[in-house]
This record gives sequence, C-alpha cells and structure tokens, in this order.
Amino acid sequence: MTVHRGRGFAAINYPIGMNLGGDPSQALVHSNPDGKFTVALSAIDLGQGMKSVTRQIAAETLGVPIEDVYVDTADSDTGPHDMGSFASRGTHRMGNAVIRASEEARQVMLEAAAEELEVDAGDLVTDGRGNIHVKGAPSRTITTMAAAQAAQFRQGRTIAGRGIFLIPLSEVDPETGEMSPVTTFAHAAMLVTVEVDDETGEVTVTDMQSAYEVGRALNPKLVEQQLRGGAWMGMSHAAWETTEPYYPSRDHGPEDFNTYLMPGPGDLAPHHISILERPAEDGPYGGKGPGEMCANPVLPAVVNAVYDAVGVRIDELPVTPEKVLRGLQAQGGARPRQAL
Amino acid sequence: MAKTPVSFTLNGSPRAAFADPGQNLLEFLRRDVGDLSPKFGCGQGTCGACTVTVDGETHLACLVLAQTVEGRDVGTASGLARGAQLDPLQEAFMDHFAAQCGYCTAGMLISARALLDRNPRPTRDEVVEAISGNLCRCTGYEPIIAAILSVAEGRARA
Repeated sequence: MTVHRGRGFAAINYPIGMNLGGDPSQALVHSNPDGKFTVALSAIDLGQGMKSVTRQIAAETLGVPIEDVYVDTADSDTGPHDMGSFASRGTHRMGNAVIRASEEARQVMLEAAAEELEVDAGDLVTDGRGNIHVKGAPSRTITTMAAAQAAQFRQGRTIAGRGIFLIPLSEVDPETGEMSPVTTFAHAAMLVTVEVDDETGEVTVTDMQSAYEVGRALNPKLVEQQLRGGAWMGMSHAAWETTEPYYPSRDHGPEDFNTYLMPGPGDLAPHHISILERPAEDGPYGGKGPGEMCANPVLPAVVNAVYDAVGVRIDELPVTPEKVLRGLQAQGGARPRQAL
Repeated sequence: MAKTPVSFTLNGSPRAAFADPGQNLLEFLRRDVGDLSPKFGCGQGTCGACTVTVDGETHLACLVLAQTVEGRDVGTASGLARGAQLDPLQEAFMDHFAAQCGYCTAGMLISARALLDRNPRPTRDEVVEAISGNLCRCTGYEPIIAAILSVAEGRARA
C-alpha cells in the first residue's frame, strides 16, 4: 500500500444570472414617518446575506445610516417581483434594483428637504449620518427624520422609489447558436493537494489554495463565508456526494442522511483564500456574485490532482474509491505523474 | 391510549405537559411544550439538529421517548442566553460567522456547550469529535470550530 500525493489546478469563469426569458429583479423603497427606510424585495435570504448586502447598498445610495434601513423580504407573493435567490444573481441583479429604487427615493427626500430649507434640491448633500445640508453650508441643515416628517405631515409627499434591473432575454442565433446571456463573469482559480491510497482507492483532500475574483467584495466577511462554505461543498461533491452512484441506475443510491455521504468536521482540508477585487462595470458598487462559483473550481482541481497522483483520469463525479481502484486496475497500478 | 403527564425541568424551570404514548422528545418539546429551538432535520438521529441535553448529557431528541425525561433536567438552545446576556458561545458564533441558514445552529450550540461544560479547554480534535454528530451544509464547519475554540481559549467577547 502506498499513499500518493498529487496536486491539481483548475480555473473557472462563472456567469452571473441566467437567461430564461430575461432576468429581472425589482425593489421598492419608502420612508416611514420616523425617517427610516424600508426596502421591500422578494430576494430571499437563505443565510447568504441578501438582507445585509441590500441594506448596505440602500443606505449607501440613500445617504443615510445603515441603522435607518430595514430590508423586508417577508413575502414573495406580495412583494415586488424577483426571479429568485439562485445563479449567484442576488447581489448583482437585486443590488442594482435597490440602487435605482434608492436613487429615486433619495431624490424625493432631497426635494422634501429643499422645500423645508427653501433651497434648490440640487444644492443638497447627505452626510450619511442622518443629516441633509446645503453643499458648502453645513449649518443649513435638516435631519432625514425631519424631512420625512415634513413630507408626510406637511407636504403630502411620498418619499419612495421604484427600481428594476433587467438583463433582457438573449435570443439564440438559429444558425450559429450564438447568444450573449450574461453581462458579468466572476472568476476563480484553485490548487488542491490530495492523497490517494492505491490499496483502498480513498482520496483525501489535504490542502486547498484559492483565488476568487468577486468584483468588489461589498461585505468582505460575508464573501469569505460564502467562499469557505461553498468550497467545502465543492470538495464534498468532488469526493463524496451523489444521489445516483451508478447513474442512470438508481441502484445503491442514498435514501437518507445515513447513506448520503458527506464529509464531516473531521474531514476538512485547510483552505487558504485570496479575494481579488476587480469592480464590475455594471455591478452594484462593483459587486458580482460569489455564490455558486465558490464550489466550481474544486471539482476539476480534485480530479486533476488524482490524475497527478496516480495517473487515473476520472470523468464522472464523485471520485469514489471504487472508480479510483477500477482505474488503477485498468492501467496496472499507480502511475504517479506529479507534474505540478 | 391515554396521554401521560410528564414533569421535568426545562432550562432550569419546572415544566409539565402531556405526552402521547411513544411520542419522541423532539415533537413533545416543539408541539406540546412550545420550545422551538430544537430543530427537526431528519427524524432518525443522523443530522443532530435536535440535539438537547438530558441531565447534562447530549441526546438526539428525536430518538428519546418523551416519557423518559420525567423528573429530569432538559437543556435546549433557548436556555443558553440569560435574558439579554448571550452565552459566550452564541457571541462567538456571531463573531466567527458560524451560522448561515441557521438550521444546525441550535444543535451545534448544545453540542459545543456540553463539551465545554465537561472539558473547558478542549483540543481542536476534541471539538471536531464533539460536533461530529451535527451536520452543517453551509459553513464548511471551519467557522464553527473556530468559534468554539475561541471560547475554549477564553478569547471570546465577554
């Protein structure tokens, strides 16, 4: 029995969003009588941070403290329409919609403030701390709360904004198959180290080094959280998980958590993450989507690392001990390449 | 068959409710006692989302008969905080972003609390062992391990 070490590399481009009849997201923003803002949207937060990042985006665009923004994703039946939380589209699509809605609401807020201050709305700026003042004359000031209350109780004005961001459907050219379904790609590269036991066929990922290009990391801690958890899921898909181990046959397929294999906390590989920021031109404050693509580079990198370690090329995931052993048998044992 | 009264202590407070024959502790706690912090994940003792303590020892509530906690002390995640004062583990989970969807979190916290109560300075391997019965799909486990170790090493926020 010998344990062979191998290294594998993979790089990916990940398209943000999808192309099923166009890809729209809508957001509505309105102020409450206390000068705080509610952002209504139907992009559901599954723990990936949708509410946090749209709250940041709304506060930044409105020019108010983040504490003054509440994001309401309560009900996708009654909220403004969104395609959903998938395809790594949330931050990019919904973030842009929130910017547009917030810009419209901000404009009304400034007009309400201008009426109170008896100045032109174009001369007003926000300080991000809950105040609106005349540019160059900070003493001519009104709080966002006072402006909202004036709009509500004196001016009869709704401080509100609508926003939609739409990537239209890209029709497929019937002759060439050409289309342009996406406007933004995220990128990732990964180097993994594996150990392959040539007696048992077991593959152990022992180290992961990655670089993810995510546009601007609007919330760096949430980005890191996505990358770390997503890469773990990629490692799990690469070496463990399947619902049809003998696809297309359902034989020996797992039926519950007892038989569905996943790595546990004892099967982790150290993961060293570099986050590269290249703000996207059409992204909200440059953000893209670090969702699904966290997992993607791990799978080909693991497959390449197994090839590097023992010379067996696996082309169906996951890389199970059985596949490795059959490959070793077919080629008459391990043929370490160790090219990397 | 008749329901059976079960008197026990939940997070330090005396409680009583009627249990159906054969009812498991998870359903009993959630439906009849009203503590929703233990989660129903698999119902067969594999995922750990329903982890509770019985007399200080971790158990999977879905595999415990409700009637067997008569007179015993049951601990759930809703008992970790003292009013507004969170358990250091809860603070550490926030600081380390150790929760995403949150479904495993209550069970993770109970497994971690039970570990630290019997072993205040566990090694990383001991932490891994303690949470090995709790599945997490979101975090990749590393932030959870880091959060627990930070409390063990006394580096958590006070």
